[in-house]
Amino acid sequence: MKDLLEKMQNGDIKSLAKLITYLENHPEDRFVENLPSKGAKVIGFTGSPGAGKSTLVNAVISQLRRENRTVGVIAIDPTSPFTGGSFLGDRIRMKTHFLDDGVFIRSMGSGTSLGGLNESVFDVIKLMDAFGFDYILIETVGAGQSEVDIVYVSDIVVLILSPGMGDDIQFLKSGIMEIGDIYVINKSDLDGADFYKMRLESMLSLSNVKKPIVKTIATSGVGVEELIFNIKKLLSKFHNNGEIRKRKERRLKKHAESILIKRIQKSLEKISEFDKLSNVISKVINDICKNN
Amino acid sequence: MKNKIRVLIAKPGLDGHDRGAKVVAKALRDAGMEVIYTGLRQTPEQIVKTAIQEDVDLIGLSILSGAHMNICPKLLELMKENDIENIPVFVGGIVPPDDAEELKRMGIKEVFGPGTPLSTIVEKIRQLFSEVES
Ligand SMILES: Nc1nc2c(ncn2[C@@H]2O[C@H](COP(=O)(O)OP(=O)(O)OP(=O)(O)O)[C@@H](O)[C@H]2O)c(=O)[nH]1
Ligand SMILES: [Mg+2]
Repeated sequence: MKDLLEKMQNGDIKSLAKLITYLENHPEDRFVENLPSKGAKVIGFTGSPGAGKSTLVNAVISQLRRENRTVGVIAIDPTSPFTGGSFLGDRIRMKTHFLDDGVFIRSMGSGTSLGGLNESVFDVIKLMDAFGFDYILIETVGAGQSEVDIVYVSDIVVLILSPGMGDDIQFLKSGIMEIGDIYVINKSDLDGADFYKMRLESMLSLSNVKKPIVKTIATSGVGVEELIFNIKKLLSKFHNNGEIRKRKERRLKKHAESILIKRIQKSLEKISEFDKLSNVISKVINDICKNN
Repeated sequence: MKNKIRVLIAKPGLDGHDRGAKVVAKALRDAGMEVIYTGLRQTPEQIVKTAIQEDVDLIGLSILSGAHMNICPKLLELMKENDIENIPVFVGGIVPPDDAEELKRMGIKEVFGPGTPLSTIVEKIRQLFSEVES
């Protein structure tokens, strides 16, 4: 373990990969807390299934590599709540980078606890940050309300839409759309992209924060430079106005919450006698205090 | 102690069909495993790098092109160079019995011909996994 950490900090990919597995299997081990942050920028990419998230992440990696930046990717696909298994297929779109030592791609199942995100993603980000990637890109599928969780792990959220998915506009009303700091209309080579952009602009004009909208064609890379330009601009704005710090605090709070909830569930399971609610609660609190 | 089996399913070679590979991948998912699926035309170098980054427990190759006698030794060699030869490799596809024997001598752990029941594949993979774990 100590050996792995040391190797990881000296840039060994295999040790990084093994430590990620360890974290996934031991979420209660807090060793990552002692690792120094190297200031990675954490960007979340989310949107409906098939919107082109992986293809866009692939194109973003290409551009960042041209700028000599190293990139860690966490690609999250849904875990089946029935079997616990997952089909992790985002890599299919990222083949161009498989042999590049400046790119590390890790696929993860979404897990079944915390909605759209695997709980260990918090720690995996810390680990990748300590490893020293300049950018950490996280892809998650936007399947429902739980998707807001991507907000808690990234510095900036890019929401990816594509024309012809009329339902996306429905998302706007449900609040999911609000999680985007930057909107991407991908597949803008398809019919209806301009019309879609107009609709999006008019929806967003109701809100008082002005958010960038970028049109991309992920398959050819069109618009990706503009997207990265907007990401950087927003990152520096967030640095200056304290938003990044606020988000890091929010991340910590959410992580604490998820650990505490699990802890409470564990204590609740130990209780055999359910008589009075107040008794149950004090038993849980006692158990937590005793075992911490 | 590990709670989930991670399997890489890759499709080396130049043929363009991955239906079979996908069927196996989905069966493994339905058996509760995490399947990393990388799609068509993977080179041994790509497979090895992926296996390292994803820290998989097993590697499955789907080969229909008849190139198994070419691809498998290359992959096994490269795995050795990268110090990951302890990861069991299994092959699915059209492999003549003599070749299958030869592949096993080389170090391929299991060869599944066409028509192998999915339940057999799942069971074998669980077995291979528990062998390396212990
Ligand atoms: N025409 C067009 N097709 C695209 C574009 N970007 C992606 N696609 C295609 O859209 C399909 C889905 O792309 P992915 O990148 O896998 O989408 P995703 O959002 O990651 O999908 P999931 O991870 O399964 O939710 C693929 O067939 C891509 O080739 C684009 O800009 N234009
Ligand atoms: Mg994807």
